[in-house]
Amino acid sequence: MKYIDEFHNPELARRLLDEIHSTVTRPWALMEVCGGQTHTIIRHGIDQLLPEQVELIHGPGCPVCVTPLEVIDKALEIASRPDVVFCSFGDMLRVPGTGRDLFQVRSEGGDVRVVYSPLDALRIAQQNPDKQVVFFGIGFETTAPPNAMTVYQARRLGIRNFSLLVSHVRVPPAIEAIMRSPSCRVQAFLAAGHVCSVMGTGEYPELAGRYRVPIVVTGFEPLDILEGVRRTVLQLERGEHTVDNAYPRAVRAEGNPAAKAMLEDVFEVTDRAWRGIGVIPQSGWRLSSRYREFDAEHRFSVTGIRTLEPAACRSGEVLQGLLKPHECEAFGTACTPRSPLGATMVSSEGACAAYYLYRRLDVAPARMEASPVG
Amino acid sequence: MGHGGGGAMSAELVQHIFAPAFGGEVLAQLGDAAAVTLGGARLAFSTDSFVVRPLFFPGGCIGDLAVNGTVNDLAMSGARAAYLSCGFILEEGVEMPVVARIAQALGDAARAAGVEVATGDTKVVESGHGDGVYINTAGIGLIPAGVDLRPQRVVPGDVVIVSGDIGVHGVAIMSVREGLEFGVAIQSDCAPLGGLVDAMLAVTPDLHVLRDPTRGGLAASLNEIAAASGTGVVVQERSVPVPDGVANACAILGLDPMYVANEGKLVAFVPREHADAVLAAMRAHPLGAAARVIGEAVPDHPGMVVARTALGGTRVVDLPIGEQLPRIC
Repeated sequence: MKYIDEFHNPELARRLLDEIHSTVTRPWALMEVCGGQTHTIIRHGIDQLLPEQVELIHGPGCPVCVTPLEVIDKALEIASRPDVVFCSFGDMLRVPGTGRDLFQVRSEGGDVRVVYSPLDALRIAQQNPDKQVVFFGIGFETTAPPNAMTVYQARRLGIRNFSLLVSHVRVPPAIEAIMRSPSCRVQAFLAAGHVCSVMGTGEYPELAGRYRVPIVVTGFEPLDILEGVRRTVLQLERGEHTVDNAYPRAVRAEGNPAAKAMLEDVFEVTDRAWRGIGVIPQSGWRLSSRYREFDAEHRFSVTGIRTLEPAACRSGEVLQGLLKPHECEAFGTACTPRSPLGATMVSSEGACAAYYLYRRLDVAPARMEASPVG
Repeated sequence: MGHGGGGAMSAELVQHIFAPAFGGEVLAQLGDAAAVTLGGARLAFSTDSFVVRPLFFPGGCIGDLAVNGTVNDLAMSGARAAYLSCGFILEEGVEMPVVARIAQALGDAARAAGVEVATGDTKVVESGHGDGVYINTAGIGLIPAGVDLRPQRVVPGDVVIVSGDIGVHGVAIMSVREGLEFGVAIQSDCAPLGGLVDAMLAVTPDLHVLRDPTRGGLAASLNEIAAASGTGVVVQERSVPVPDGVANACAILGLDPMYVANEGKLVAFVPREHADAVLAAMRAHPLGAAARVIGEAVPDHPGMVVARTALGGTRVVDLPIGEQLPRIC
């Protein structure tokens, strides 16, 4: 795929790296907000190639990781019902709730299906009028608009057996929560390009000004990341703190007006709990009162759920950039992708999983689980 | 489902449940095919079951897959398949023309691979207890004198070669199973590899190990070889051939082509002194025309596979756990 290849070019990467190396004069701590960016950084070894003074702190932007345990447990309960077809993106199936995951529900006879679009779930609802079809609507501003559109479509088509289990989250309040933390070390942000392609950059200038942090909208390919780092470091060295768009091929300042309108119609902003972090005010969406009939929590009355987070899991600190994954005592021993304590280890975009999958050479072998083969 | 994905969970099932229960020295080798001696002849013996959905996909169907899968397992021992058995498990209600098409494809594939279907079996299960058609095949073939393909023979310095583009079969299946289109028609690479292996062995019988990277993809095969040989493996990521359509599809779905299944490719560990000649022989064969060196066995990090990224970084290429899951965004 030529379009991807262009953003993996080693010569261009070398030039960007040289420029970053020659620009940096002192230590800087940058947070990449999105788990997709963390994945790219670790998978391509970008952090190994940056100057020692540039520290990349992994942010809370993995939608799978931040979905609260309570919501996962609600999903498990709904998916276990005999009249329900529970549809989800694939990477939610392995996320542990209290005691089990959606894969286990499926193996126990639950009708749990992986779909690639919420519209697939709506089609399943049309084809199975005698079943209740539920779509697990999680994610940031990137996945919220199509989920909103699906609910809009369900109403338009009069499909009554479809509902959404919603746990959508918003990035700007999370950035604010990180900056307000007394232990915050973050001096600049690589903002998530996909989020900005929907929402634009309008929410960021106030944050950049209030907390005096550069915010550089950054894409997901290796060269995108390096360009984002380059522009961020330039600002930091110059003492600037503006919003800069280093992902212009996908992001316009105004974002995607149609997607924003759909969000506004179907959802309303609400306080939302983030797994491992806690409640962040105004950091999520729920279905607005006009669409309450499509709210799976409302339809199935899943209440009284008692959750139990593993005490040894420090994923909350990882999500806030306070702890590197391999600095956790449980990393690679009590916590592995096979038996994860927290979602940061199970999600393909989680920082712990990225370190486990790609960085095991950096960790003392004795701490790692023995290879299951040979 | 993860226990059938060809990754760590599959390996655990075999090692912790099946192998201890069955016993036997031959099984303990855990190769794709068993190498046995019978009446003075060295034979390769293998079996595989096929539960692919959908039954027909771009570039093939469950019928030719059932032949090529077993033929290729035998070929990875250096053996040309001679005879196959074929067991059909049909779900009540499957249409006879569908069975006929699959049987015809199976017969055609056997003839193309130069193997005879010598025995078979048919069972029918109740409607709702199967996916239309399941097929099991077992095969047997002769291992030529002087050929000893085992991961334990891999030594640091061995050159790692793949026979062509990877990830094609898995993406072809996904494109029809999930109703996804990736802008380019991707056909399964399903093919019998016996002829290609013959061409390689004609250059030298001293190949160290061959694997066809089916479930779990190239990453699983390399990890199995690294673990069994106790050597490290380094792969140059940019050398791994991934066609544009596969890279495109994997980028959309958040999958790594290194973990996607192949059905007509092999990976070879070859002594360095024979590597150029083997590579030339592979490229002269239609199924190896795009063969490439992708890495080498090394004394460092024993049992682990490491990729050198295009940008100059390093990452571990781990054994997949179960099925790969497409990610959310």
